[in-house]
Amino acid sequence: MRWLMVDRFTELVRGKYACAIRNVTLGEDHVHDHFPGFPTWPRSLMIEGLAQTGGVLVGYSRGFRDMVILAKVERMSFYDLVVPGDQMTFRAELEELRDEGAKIRGEITVGDKKVAEGSILYAHVNPKEAPAEAVENFVFNGNFLSLLGIQKRDLERWEASEGGAS
Amino acid sequence: MPKREEVYAKVAESLADALGVEQDEISEGSRLTTDLGAESIDFLDIVFRLEKAFNIKVPRGDLFPENLLNNAEYVKAGRMTEAGLSKLREKMPHADLAKFEKDPRVGQIADLFTVGMIVNYVINKLNAGQSQG
Repeated sequence: MRWLMVDRFTELVRGKYACAIRNVTLGEDHVHDHFPGFPTWPRSLMIEGLAQTGGVLVGYSRGFRDMVILAKVERMSFYDLVVPGDQMTFRAELEELRDEGAKIRGEITVGDKKVAEGSILYAHVNPKEAPAEAVENFVFNGNFLSLLGIQKRDLERWEASEGGAS
Repeated sequence: MPKREEVYAKVAESLADALGVEQDEISEGSRLTTDLGAESIDFLDIVFRLEKAFNIKVPRGDLFPENLLNNAEYVKAGRMTEAGLSKLREKMPHADLAKFEKDPRVGQIADLFTVGMIVNYVINKLNAGQSQG
């Protein structure tokens, strides 16, 4: 299983917010374990999707200087199940951004329906102080944007339309 | 001049939210790690909440000092040196260091971080803010 809980970013505005989507399919092994005969998207992975959305926002807002590590799920509330065929939209808004870490507030929707919301804290780790293996395996850096097909023109367009912070 | 009871009430509420404890588990003498179960990331969460609750800025290392225990000048054989204690007094005027100074084992330093220490810090901050007009 690839630990990629986001398929595409639809908006990414430095210092402000990010939106991303994740499609849920029957083609993923783990939904058949969760639960056998009644596949649903695990809530732990919903948290991870929101965390990845927020983590990229935080990293991008600081030029990916540090590794952004999920440190604490402050609170998370769930309102409905997510099932195969759904498309989740994650929206992460930046609440705090400092050298030591950051905090986002986020929500997850399927269509017009809010299925979850919460807030997440991140810690910043200087790559020079981290084990080499950890740095090498850290996916959520600037290269992640390329993986998700985000072009520079997309970033400029989103920032221009929202007056994003520089 | 902010009233201590009012500051304490808001600090206790912030800590209860950050640490997932009940407010009646918190008192001025409660130690953040030993009594309330705080971990390192919680300290950042606490700073965020205090800034919001009191409309203050808490610079990095101001409330919870950094880089004291990894300095060879300040720590020797698991105990804080006189230079380290001097630095601690300078960095933490809001903490009660009397007990720690008598037995400055670095393993005990976390006991300095109490609810009362945070209340003192916030009151000092608010007074400084008011004195600046």
